[in-house]
Amino acid sequence: MQSMSDLLLLGIALSDFAALGTSRLSACIRAVAWQGLLLGLLPLFLEDPRSWHVITLAAGTIAVKAVLLPRLLRWAMREASVRREVEPVVGYMTSLLLGFVALGVSFAVAQRLPTLEHAGLLIPTALLGLITGLIVLVTRHKAVNQVAGYLILENGIFLFGLTQLRRVPFLLEVGVLLDVFVGVFIMGIVVFHINREFDSISSAQLSELRDQ
Amino acid sequence: MLLIALVLVPAVAAAIAAALTARSRQVVVLLLAAAAHATMVATLWSRPAQVALAGWLADDSLGLLILTLESALFVVVATYSVGLLRVEKPRGGRAFVSGLLAFLSAVSLVALSQHVALLWVGMEATTLSVAPLIYHRRDRRSLEAVWKYLVLSSVGIAFALLAVFLLATAQPSLPDTVPLLLSDLVHGAAALDRWWLRAAFVFALIGFGTKMGLAPLHTWKPDTYGEAPSLIGGLMSGGLTSCAFLGLARFTQVMVAANDVVFIRPLFIAFGLLSLVVATAFIIGQSDLKRLLAYSSVEHMGLLVLGLGIGGLGAYGTVLHVLNNGLLKGALFLVVGNLVLASGSSVAADLRGLLRRRPRSATLLVAGLFAVTGTPPFGLFLSEYAMFRGAVQNGQLWIALVVIALLSIIFVGLSAMILDIVLADKGPPGNDADRAAESGWLVVGPAVLVGVVLLLGIYIPAPLQTLLASAAATLGGPTP
Repeated sequence: MQSMSDLLLLGIALSDFAALGTSRLSACIRAVAWQGLLLGLLPLFLEDPRSWHVITLAAGTIAVKAVLLPRLLRWAMREASVRREVEPVVGYMTSLLLGFVALGVSFAVAQRLPTLEHAGLLIPTALLGLITGLIVLVTRHKAVNQVAGYLILENGIFLFGLTQLRRVPFLLEVGVLLDVFVGVFIMGIVVFHINREFDSISSAQLSELRDQ
Repeated sequence: MLLIALVLVPAVAAAIAAALTARSRQVVVLLLAAAAHATMVATLWSRPAQVALAGWLADDSLGLLILTLESALFVVVATYSVGLLRVEKPRGGRAFVSGLLAFLSAVSLVALSQHVALLWVGMEATTLSVAPLIYHRRDRRSLEAVWKYLVLSSVGIAFALLAVFLLATAQPSLPDTVPLLLSDLVHGAAALDRWWLRAAFVFALIGFGTKMGLAPLHTWKPDTYGEAPSLIGGLMSGGLTSCAFLGLARFTQVMVAANDVVFIRPLFIAFGLLSLVVATAFIIGQSDLKRLLAYSSVEHMGLLVLGLGIGGLGAYGTVLHVLNNGLLKGALFLVVGNLVLASGSSVAADLRGLLRRRPRSATLLVAGLFAVTGTPPFGLFLSEYAMFRGAVQNGQLWIALVVIALLSIIFVGLSAMILDIVLADKGPPGNDADRAAESGWLVVGPAVLVGVVLLLGIYIPAPLQTLLASAAATLGGPTP
């Protein structure tokens, strides 16, 4: 069980790097979708025996994070007819390097934290997701990419929440699924409108508002 | 029952308003829901504290204070929108009234929640209900504003959720305690893990601080307030930021109960002073009236956390300041909205000479100017004075001096623009064309709010005083 969950966490960490290192939006969305799938499978290997609660949580997570949201993102990408990030603030090699730094920081911080039961690699992976999400959110111009970054950030928080799976029932459900669904859905609509108003879907163009 | 109704009635009204097509009927629903909500809140004041849903909802002193503020603000906003919707025909207006009512439902949930996760759900709902209201005009600029707002506040909300998870981690599993229930957290505060608790507080400060608009997390604020309809600006800077403050205050209550004020006070003071400095820097030389008010909001959010950082009398000042600032910001944005309706712009140069064309709104704007800068006898003077006295009592005279210096500069900056607008002899050419009198609906609400803030500076009724004192005590204020 432990080795399986560690394997899943490794996959999640790899998908973080995949999202950091690609310029193609479709590859980024695919990385996020894989991450959602692995994230959804994870509760099944953390809880023993598997309760109905955990099974529905896993099914719901996969349905939303691995199927629905990536679809919405692809739809937004098609509508906006963008394929790749043009000029990110930070290049892809630098992003990857930042990712490795984040990995080191995550493990260093997790070492110093008070120990939690059954946490294992959960905490460092959660921190890595948090930092990766922030990097993508801050350094990418395309709105679709930023939404993907936000999802990675949320997934990191979800991972942290998994440490409380046993103790606080329904905390994860109440929070993340509803919020990510609605938040990204609305963001998707906004993205759609951005495209109707502008030729390209770059939020860097949104700089009309500033102090003189 | 009453507590559940406070959340459900606006929600149901929002659904009804969404189903109605006629604007006039929607407005009737809006007014009825606002009146019903205010009546229920008034009933809460006359009864001992209520509890519902196994303690998940209750009207404790701090929650009731915020709820009363939100309800009063909403009544004013509802009456104002009667006048506004007559003059302006916004596109996609059907969602407008529903959005307002959904917002009321969400803020009521935040105010009454005694469960930290439930409070978070309410905060999330406020964020979402406000987004379509900002994007009301459907042009490029409001699009930019709503995008910035959504990206920043969704990240803030995500951090707030992490804070909730961390708080759950800090709480040991004990029999007879419900995880994340505020009363259990406060009573069992001594048993909380210090490390996780501090981590939770830091993320709550960042998360809710973003929603409050504390510097350096305030960057969405001038754009959003500048572009949103003034009505929404008032609702956000008066109501939404107060809710976000409540979220932060809940975490503060736990920290105070855990006897860990040494950790939180320097953080609060740093964020508070930074917000004041940033606000001062951008108020000077600002050319847009709404953006000016946005930076003024950054200033007052800074004062709120500064008061908590001072503690003692400062915490009392903060609690009083939430009320004063919330009511006044609502009034100011509505008044500015009237001026923008008259001139079609919120740029100061286009607004000049408005005393002759909009005498009532211009007079209110001047009264609001003196109130917002903490001039006696307005309520904000009392709350700021309490903070200064708290600082001096703590031997932190330097804080009081720095803040007084910054507030003086802000006073100069605000009055330079506002007095110029009001007193200028001539506006830009063609400005005199529209002399149509403004509707009474647009003036009465803000006038009442400014009147209440004035009254709060002169006399605080005994029940309110008791409420303020007991709310302040939970935030590190003097025990009543």
